Amino acid sequence: MHLPPFDTLIDAHAAELHRFLTGFVGPTEAEDCLQETFMSALRAYPRLRHGENLRAWLYTIAQRKATDAARRAARRPTRQLDGIEPAAPAPDDPPDAGLWMLVRRLPAKQRAAVTYRFVLDLAYAEIGARMSTSEEAARQNVSAALRRLRREVSGDR
Amino acid sequence: MTDDLEARLAGATRTQPLDLERLRSTIARRAADAGLLDVAYATHDSPLGPLTVIVTPRGLLRLSYPGEPVEAQLDDVAARISPRVLAAPERTDDVRRQLDEYFGGVRQAFDLPVDWRLVRGFAGGVLRATARIPFGAVTTYREIATRAGSPNAYRAAGNALGSNPVPIVVPCHRVLHAGGGLGGYTGGLDRKRYLLRLEGVLDP
Repeated sequence: MHLPPFDTLIDAHAAELHRFLTGFVGPTEAEDCLQETFMSALRAYPRLRHGENLRAWLYTIAQRKATDAARRAARRPTRQLDGIEPAAPAPDDPPDAGLWMLVRRLPAKQRAAVTYRFVLDLAYAEIGARMSTSEEAARQNVSAALRRLRREVSGDR
Repeated sequence: MTDDLEARLAGATRTQPLDLERLRSTIARRAADAGLLDVAYATHDSPLGPLTVIVTPRGLLRLSYPGEPVEAQLDDVAARISPRVLAAPERTDDVRRQLDEYFGGVRQAFDLPVDWRLVRGFAGGVLRATARIPFGAVTTYREIATRAGSPNAYRAAGNALGSNPVPIVVPCHRVLHAGGGLGGYTGGLDRKRYLLRLEGVLDP
């Protein structure tokens, strides 16, 4: 199978990748990450030997871009929040933005697993395939993440 | 409890729609700036229907009439030229402007580089000879075969013209049968007649 025109990849996968990245890095960074994902993919595209598993290939790139973005965000000095009144949520904030802030603080594997599971609604076998790990490891990553999130959510109250 | 947290996670990112058109044009622009836009295409309305324009940094690669599915053409180009294919109308502006001028009666010759990579062998000679037939003039299949170096290969010349990847710009509509018949045309004979009328060869 030869490589299809690159823009069919954008049409077929951009929306889903965007949801994945929104879960992974948040709505503000997601669009940047998505652009960077496609730019990296475009650069490497002619060197692929066949057109199989292009989706998995794109997700590998997206996951790398998202991890880089998360690392950059972690290096940025955190704003001093004490004593500042919490702002009203912006109208374009996704629902439960606070919960997703917690997701973004999860270790990378847990965060990716949670995003695949709840944003893309994938089965554990598929999550394992996309993360190059077993179905069981994917399941464990998700349940470890949920345990931690529950602890933090209840700790907030 | 369990279901509540999971439901909240599942509902959290449903509300951020992606502007796909904007993403596509941003990628195309950045690709062009980075020298990664190997093949750009756009559709352009004309009196002969929507034309597909495909360009590369070398020039015009394909110009096609409706009826040839765009996807199949882009697939073919991805396999033969490069899979870095993106919709990028602004890359085709020059071609589209000159087409408008031609159909509007204010342009007689196209000033466009052609990317000949889709053309092989004898067909290349035939099409290059065809490209030199001026506006308003016509010639025959046999004559064009002669100019391409093989006077007896007029059938092969006909085939080459029939698979002309850049009709209108390489004016295969200016090649007719020796007996005065119109011959064939990639876009159908009605379109050939239209172009010959536009150029004053046939009466309106």
